[in-house]
Amino acid sequence: MSDVITTEAQNKPESPPVKGAAAAWPLGLAGAALLIIGSFLSWSYDSSILENLSLNGNPGGLQRLTIIGGVVALVLLLIAKGPLESRLGQWLDATLGLRALALYLLIYMVLVVVAISVESDGLINVDPGAYVSLIGSGLLFAGARLLPLRQLRDLGQARLPSWFEILSIAVIMAVILFGAAYALDLKDAWSFVLCLLFYAGVIAAMFRTGTLSWFSHVAQRNKKVLTLAAFVVAFFFPFTQNGSDANMSIATQVLIFAATAMGLNIVVGLAGLLDLGYIAFLGSGAYVAAMLSESAFATINWHPPFPVVVLIGAGVAATLGLIIGSPTLRVSGDYLAIVTLGFGEIFRLAMFNLDGTNGPLLTNGPNGIPAIPELTIGSFNFGDPHTVAGIELGRFSNYYFLLLILLGFIILVFSRLNDSRIGRGWVAIREDEKAAEAMGVNVFGLKLLAFAIGAFLAGMAGTIKAHQDVAVSPGQYIFLESAFLLAAIVLGGMGTIAGVLLGATILKLLPEKLRFFSEYRLLLFGLLLIVMMRFRPEGLVASRRRQLEFHEEDEELAVAVESELVEEAK
Amino acid sequence: MTVTDAVPSAAPTFGQPVLEASGVTMRFGGLLAVSDVNLSVREGEIVGLIGPNGAGKTTFFNCLTGLYKPTGGQVRFAGAPLAPKPRAVVRAGMARTFQNIRLFANMTALENVMVGRYCRTSSGAITSVLRGPKFRREEAATRARAQELLEFVGLGKSSEHLARNMPYGDQRRLEIARALATDPKLILLDEPTAGMNPQETRQASDLIFKIRDSGLSVVVIEHDMRFIFNLCDRVLCLVRGEALVEGTPAEVQSDPRVIEAYIGTGEDDDEDEPAVVRDVVREEDES
Repeated sequence: MSDVITTEAQNKPESPPVKGAAAAWPLGLAGAALLIIGSFLSWSYDSSILENLSLNGNPGGLQRLTIIGGVVALVLLLIAKGPLESRLGQWLDATLGLRALALYLLIYMVLVVVAISVESDGLINVDPGAYVSLIGSGLLFAGARLLPLRQLRDLGQARLPSWFEILSIAVIMAVILFGAAYALDLKDAWSFVLCLLFYAGVIAAMFRTGTLSWFSHVAQRNKKVLTLAAFVVAFFFPFTQNGSDANMSIATQVLIFAATAMGLNIVVGLAGLLDLGYIAFLGSGAYVAAMLSESAFATINWHPPFPVVVLIGAGVAATLGLIIGSPTLRVSGDYLAIVTLGFGEIFRLAMFNLDGTNGPLLTNGPNGIPAIPELTIGSFNFGDPHTVAGIELGRFSNYYFLLLILLGFIILVFSRLNDSRIGRGWVAIREDEKAAEAMGVNVFGLKLLAFAIGAFLAGMAGTIKAHQDVAVSPGQYIFLESAFLLAAIVLGGMGTIAGVLLGATILKLLPEKLRFFSEYRLLLFGLLLIVMMRFRPEGLVASRRRQLEFHEEDEELAVAVESELVEEAK
Repeated sequence: MTVTDAVPSAAPTFGQPVLEASGVTMRFGGLLAVSDVNLSVREGEIVGLIGPNGAGKTTFFNCLTGLYKPTGGQVRFAGAPLAPKPRAVVRAGMARTFQNIRLFANMTALENVMVGRYCRTSSGAITSVLRGPKFRREEAATRARAQELLEFVGLGKSSEHLARNMPYGDQRRLEIARALATDPKLILLDEPTAGMNPQETRQASDLIFKIRDSGLSVVVIEHDMRFIFNLCDRVLCLVRGEALVEGTPAEVQSDPRVIEAYIGTGEDDDEDEPAVVRDVVREEDES
């Protein structure tokens, strides 16, 4: 500490324009050190809150995160000025990264203190360790602010051996897996929020250092490896849960939601059609599966094997899509939105009224069809727990794997259609419908195709959802669900795979994990969408084309995208 | 430019008629935008369509290509009647460019031309998802043909450039390449040299001759008289929606009615033009 102060004092008078610049580095170093030391001390007198932060020398969950943050900050400091500078300093923007990380860590520590005092009635319960870390984050923040900015080379141009790129994909995927598993395991709302804040800080630091853009280049170059890695991670997720049904239940909900959103992404993201009643297609698949199931309340006395049910459910949904689409797709934009909105309501009301008194007995009206038995494919019963490599995989894990296959299929359909004659036709329609028509593109046919494919895929997802939910009722398929699907796409990034998966995860996971949040979720998501529309209309993960579409007048962006395209073509 | 000199004398050697439009009429409410216009284009012929602003040239193009459904008259293409639907028109073999460039701005040059191949390829949704050998073959062929056409119009090196970033003259040429990708027998060019400098204009006429030499017929709308009289085998002058004069460039050039339509009372016309006409004309330009 004394060392820091002396260097600061020595340097102050010398260079007024870069006041404190020389002090920045030691200041930051001291901050990072304090952050880490503080984390090994007790933060809270009360051991029952925030998953126990009250032990000296045995850091709890949030303290471990802080240690990780401190170590990352140390590494960045060493890159800014120190042994790593010569190797990484010219590529990574350590200063900006450190600033972002330090800001998040400061907010994080402040919130930790707030959380401890709120959860345990008063500041009195905050132990010195928390203050040490808080001061550390403050020093780090100040240090990062004072670090000088430097001119750097574009990390996107960096070429590393391909084994390193693949290794980094594997490492990042593993980090994502354990990060997600860790966050899901947190029972406590404050811990969960703080954990998310910490993740956001790390991501922001990666973004500011340029690592994220480097990684997106790597991902572009190694698409197949990335896809494979993502699926491997998703596949191993249930094994990290030790048979916890609560988390796996949430995970299956997220997967259903993501699969449906991905189907809608074909309609909205690729063909550019606004569909506000998409949930009805999911619903029709689910109702078909329920009606044909072995449930005592099933209304059709024919119980074909599940693969047949999937095809029927998807077929019914696609047929409904064609019926709705063929008269309305001839008119443009807003009309379609209104008609699909109406269709969603008609579907719900129809399911409500096909109860035997107001119409034929198909859906049992408001009661729906309960007690749908577990799915069986061949002799495999999805309700039975299975033990693989000593880890028990429960009912939800079984559905999880099935849904993963479905999601993989939908992503396959999405990406292959996108990169084909049909995908080009869709882009052309979005760009200039008249010109596309004049060039011989079958505008109406392609729109209808998008609508039918979207409905088909949602119908497939619906047949699984019926079994997984055990019951279907009209209340599950309300307009709000369609709106949420659309919000997931808009938030994540229209027309992208990663974006929509991210958007769907955020929108489904947050309300599931945060009960207090779910009361205000409409308000908060509404605000979130408004903010997104203002600052990043193309979504969190932007597809290149969409980004161009949303920034028509941005010449710089167009030039940047073009140089990427040219480079890729080489 | 040697080709240019050979053109005027080649007039009688044209083949069968490709396009026969008879009595084409387009009425917007009370306004007669195109009235009873006849046009016949033979194989390997370059026909010019001239006329003052608002004469109905682009409307006539829109009628031919099915963007408008003409209120009267008939269009026959390669001997068969042509339905006024853009897709049928393109399939039959008539492609067009637009007066105000309508490229797919956020697609690359190559992708733009590949969209033009849409109507000559057939991979459906299932083929596209399964990615069988047929799909791969067709994609490769589409890509190769698109690249070939880009080279044909002189944009071979710009294939990965975004259409919106290309210089104006290149955008015009890209639009022509996109139209050529539909394998047309006849190509309709709506003011292909608008906004170009003399050098670019010369390149454009070279390109049009090159297109004609590859066996296509061409119809050109243009205001640049030197360009049109140098280029065309036959010129049709439209005034206020009606065919005023039709003949060889020399005949049309010296016709007093044409001169009058352009210069004679031009100023007064603009003043007297009722608001309705102007509105419709504006609408036409936008569409």
